[in-house]
Amino acid sequence: MGAISSLANPTRFLSWSSRLLPIVSVLAAVTLAVGLYLALVASPADYQQGDSVRIMYVHVPASYLAMMCYVVMAAAALGTLVWRHPLADASARAAAPIGAAFTFLALFTGSVWGKPMWGTWWVWDARLTSVLVLFIMYLGLIALWRAFDDPTRGARVAAVLILVGFINIPIIKFSVDWWNTLHQPASIVRMDGPTIDPSMLWPLLVMIAAFTLVFLALHLAAIRAEIYRRRARTTEIMIAARPASTAARSVAASPAGVPPQAAG
Amino acid sequence: MSAFSAIVGQTVSASFRAGGGALTGLLFFLTVVSVFPFGVGPDLNLLSRIGPAVLWIGVLLSLLLGLDRLFGQDREDGALELIMVSGEPMAVYVFARACGYWLAHGLPIVLAAPVLGLILNLTPLALGAVTLTLLAGSPALAMIGAVGGALTAGLARGGMLAAILVLPLSVPVLIFGVAAVNGALADPDPFLAPFLILTAFTLFSSVLAPIAGAAALRLGLD
Amino acid sequence: MPSQDFFPAVHVAAEALACERGGRPIFHGVSFELSGGEVLAIVGPNGAGKSSLLRVVAGLLHPAGGQVRISAGDAEEGKLHFLAYGDGLRSVFTVEENLKLWSKLYGGAADAGSIHDALEEVGLAHAMHLAARALSTGQRRRAGLARLLLSRRPVWLLDEPTSGLDKDGEAILGAMMSAHLAAGGAILAATHLALPVPPTRTMELI
Repeated sequence: MGAISSLANPTRFLSWSSRLLPIVSVLAAVTLAVGLYLALVASPADYQQGDSVRIMYVHVPASYLAMMCYVVMAAAALGTLVWRHPLADASARAAAPIGAAFTFLALFTGSVWGKPMWGTWWVWDARLTSVLVLFIMYLGLIALWRAFDDPTRGARVAAVLILVGFINIPIIKFSVDWWNTLHQPASIVRMDGPTIDPSMLWPLLVMIAAFTLVFLALHLAAIRAEIYRRRARTTEIMIAARPASTAARSVAASPAGVPPQAAG
Repeated sequence: MSAFSAIVGQTVSASFRAGGGALTGLLFFLTVVSVFPFGVGPDLNLLSRIGPAVLWIGVLLSLLLGLDRLFGQDREDGALELIMVSGEPMAVYVFARACGYWLAHGLPIVLAAPVLGLILNLTPLALGAVTLTLLAGSPALAMIGAVGGALTAGLARGGMLAAILVLPLSVPVLIFGVAAVNGALADPDPFLAPFLILTAFTLFSSVLAPIAGAAALRLGLD
Repeated sequence: MPSQDFFPAVHVAAEALACERGGRPIFHGVSFELSGGEVLAIVGPNGAGKSSLLRVVAGLLHPAGGQVRISAGDAEEGKLHFLAYGDGLRSVFTVEENLKLWSKLYGGAADAGSIHDALEEVGLAHAMHLAARALSTGQRRRAGLARLLLSRRPVWLLDEPTSGLDKDGEAILGAMMSAHLAAGGAILAATHLALPVPPTRTMELI
């Protein structure tokens, strides 16, 4: 009974997401194409940074999604712990690798951007450092999930860590800011200081929208994959359980006590 | 209360018996700190500059060693089930284990830190500052560690995983611990502000970690 | 053995319990009632969920459906004893130290005299000061029985209570169960062997 009602919701999800997924994917592709055109071709080069400013159009949306993805996971973790909803498990687990990928993209583009700006691949800048810690936390979460052979139990334990991290990430950010001002007297050129010109703002906003849509499409597809993976696992367990229990039942039923051959 | 002190007592006493990790942790701390000069060179000026940070990192690493046994043993021998059935709140149990862990694993290391500080050429003021900040901050490390131990209780190679999960969460404690030492030594930097924040971390984690650890243990049994 | 007061109004009611482990349904629609002075034996083949049912009643497993209500007079907490494969004995501690911890957690008698009496009853008094690592499997089971004697709790959940016990051990278990029932306690036992005390009712899980 419990099994059927808990399967009902993922089943409904599979049906509506199969209709939604193509639409979101096409939208994401179109917006991304427009955004990339605006960012790489149509928008002007920066008067100080030249063409390297175009990295911003990937870096900023990636950083935003790196955090956004964690918020999605925290909401899902709440759903797992409070309502024990199986879809929430799948959602959090599906979001983690996507979040890790966007976080890596943010780190990578930040590093590539840093080379022409700061003359070095890596600077222990407050933002880069907090994002690096976030990246490690994503990887730690993925490792924790993988360590459990029962996905339901793993999802619940991981949900606790997600929420602990959710409380901790602002503290880490605050600490790293403090650490940074202590160790690096403000000598770094920051991008967010001056107001951004509308000719750059628009492409940036389009790229943020595009990345959000890409995330949505990837997340939907990953949740679907996760649900199918669990069903495959459940089916395996059911198949493994069947012959043994049939045999046990027939032993109990046969008065002579002769064990009949297990089917299959 | 008697249940709380009984678990604290059992944790401390188990840590010092055969198979307990308290002395191994202390030895590990000695080794890590004394290996540092081999890496960075015997320059005493450099060592006295990075010394406080070395001691802090040494404590952080040493406190990771016993995490796999902190709840893993109870998970294996059925004690966790008995504690849950007893009706004693799980958060009290987690808090008691973490306190015992700090007393047996943390406190000896903190007390050894000023002695090791001598071979890192720390000034008397620095020795005092390191010990004080470690006393204030290392309980937070034990609490955060307890969450890691609870998350990975019963997993194969759980200790390694616990270390990976705990280290990023410990970054704030490390930052403010070392910042407070530096504040005590170099004049322009403040001491009191980072020290108070460090103390706040200890208090905050003493509340949050037992709740999170209890939830992780309960869900891990389910 | 501690005082022989009568347990007031012990009642365990399970309604339509369902259980799922790792995405696999184990049982559903399990209901039973159990009152003071009764033994309910749960039998069934391996994997039928006998242990899982006991763990659901103990509050260790979250049921996929249904609910359990346990009442014993006006007691709020601490109504259950759970005896299963995991005995919670730390091998580096003596039998006495181990039992003392559990008595403190279960609100029982933790003084040396009571512990000695309880161990005497299960035939383990000579091992009181030995490290638990010296005990054999059967002796570890007996130490677990001593834990039940030290703190009085109205409902006993026993998972395969006779496993690992010899004839003497079974007799001790039988005497303990009879005394517990006579005092108005209730026993829920999952077993595939015969219990030393005839069960009031038997429920079969398939």
